[in-house]
Amino acid sequence: MSFFSYAWDWVTTSANWHGNDSIPQQLLAHIGYSVLPLLVAALIAVPAGVAIGHRGGKITIVVVNIANAWRSIPTLGLLILLAVFLGFSTLTWLLPLVVLAIPPILVNACAGVAGVDPDVRDAAKGVGMTTWQQVVQVEVPMAMPLILVGLRTAAIFVVATSTIAAYIGLGGLGRFIIDGLASEQYGPVAGGALLVVILAIIVLALFAGLSRLVVPAGLRKQAKTE
Amino acid sequence: MMWSWIPGNWSLIWQLTWENAKLGVLPALYGLVLSLPLGIIAARWRWFYPPVLTVINILYAVPSLALFIALIPAFGLTDTTVIIALTVFSLCVILPNVVAGLRAVPPAVTQAATAMGYGPLRRLATIELPLATPIIMAGLRVGVVSGISLASVGQLIGVSSLGYLFIDGLQRSFPTEIYVGLVLVIALALVCDLLLVGAGRALTPWTARG
Repeated sequence: MSFFSYAWDWVTTSANWHGNDSIPQQLLAHIGYSVLPLLVAALIAVPAGVAIGHRGGKITIVVVNIANAWRSIPTLGLLILLAVFLGFSTLTWLLPLVVLAIPPILVNACAGVAGVDPDVRDAAKGVGMTTWQQVVQVEVPMAMPLILVGLRTAAIFVVATSTIAAYIGLGGLGRFIIDGLASEQYGPVAGGALLVVILAIIVLALFAGLSRLVVPAGLRKQAKTE
Repeated sequence: MMWSWIPGNWSLIWQLTWENAKLGVLPALYGLVLSLPLGIIAARWRWFYPPVLTVINILYAVPSLALFIALIPAFGLTDTTVIIALTVFSLCVILPNVVAGLRAVPPAVTQAATAMGYGPLRRLATIELPLATPIIMAGLRVGVVSGISLASVGQLIGVSSLGYLFIDGLQRSFPTEIYVGLVLVIALALVCDLLLVGAGRALTPWTARG
């Protein structure tokens, strides 16, 4: 039997949808473990990226290098280290996922703002905009497609990786995978993995919808004609 | 921190570091080898790229742990499973950069090459790919660094890597082991990153300045 037949059999077994630690419960827990880190990371990395991109110059190269080095921090290792010291506190699962989500958001926000056409910046200054207005009304909207790419990548990373929160005994869809691996049952392992994939694809679709809402109409038109 | 644990387990640490390096670097190289032809095709024939990009975005959304699991029936709990899954991941990181790099070559440069009598293949190999190298290299760096970091997750399906130190450290409540694992994963990734930066400089001497 293949991965999909195992996964399908498990997901469509109605017993798995009821009672304690059932699919709906773990799905909700998983979403909970994913949303908070993404929000925290966005609150840190979007303003930081925008500020650095606005300043421009050499510091953007430094940021790309730092962000790249940052990616080397293994989420599993950080999670386990915090679990040993802090037990099951919020910080234990929150911090590793925030750390994971920061680089893509930071790099894209920075590149997006740094990439705004200098003529456009000059025009914004020329019509008398303050620095704040230039950033908020011109640079951020123009950088929005890239900012969203960063947030989308981070969201996908977080949804994928909150799976390993189960390894230190927390809930979420990873519960099925970790428990299944431990008891050598491939059904829940495959089913849990399939649900994580479906959730990640839903995130992808949400961001596609979101980009229609928040990317300025003029930019969308431009992207189409390019 | 129990420093004496380190010399006592030197051979284990060395072996796990080597395994982790292999599981992190090989997929990025395979990803590069697959990305180059696909990226060249996508840069040349524009209609080819949007569908490929959609597939790439979906594959990128597939968690590596899920992909490990999906490959278990075919390849078992082996290195191959981890390497294939991480190759898919690095393909998703590198391919968009190959396309972006090739598209960023100024049209005037390609026209000048054509005017000088360069055929399409020679122009690609001697003009376009070298000019695209910095952007391709940026993708490769992300692939290698993330790959080394992600390889440690392979330990959850029993494939040996520095992740062993995390899991063993947790089971024995022995933080020293976890510290060593963390430091080595990060150090390994940084060393490989520096090597790639060096390789990038060597390949594009015209960009190397202050």
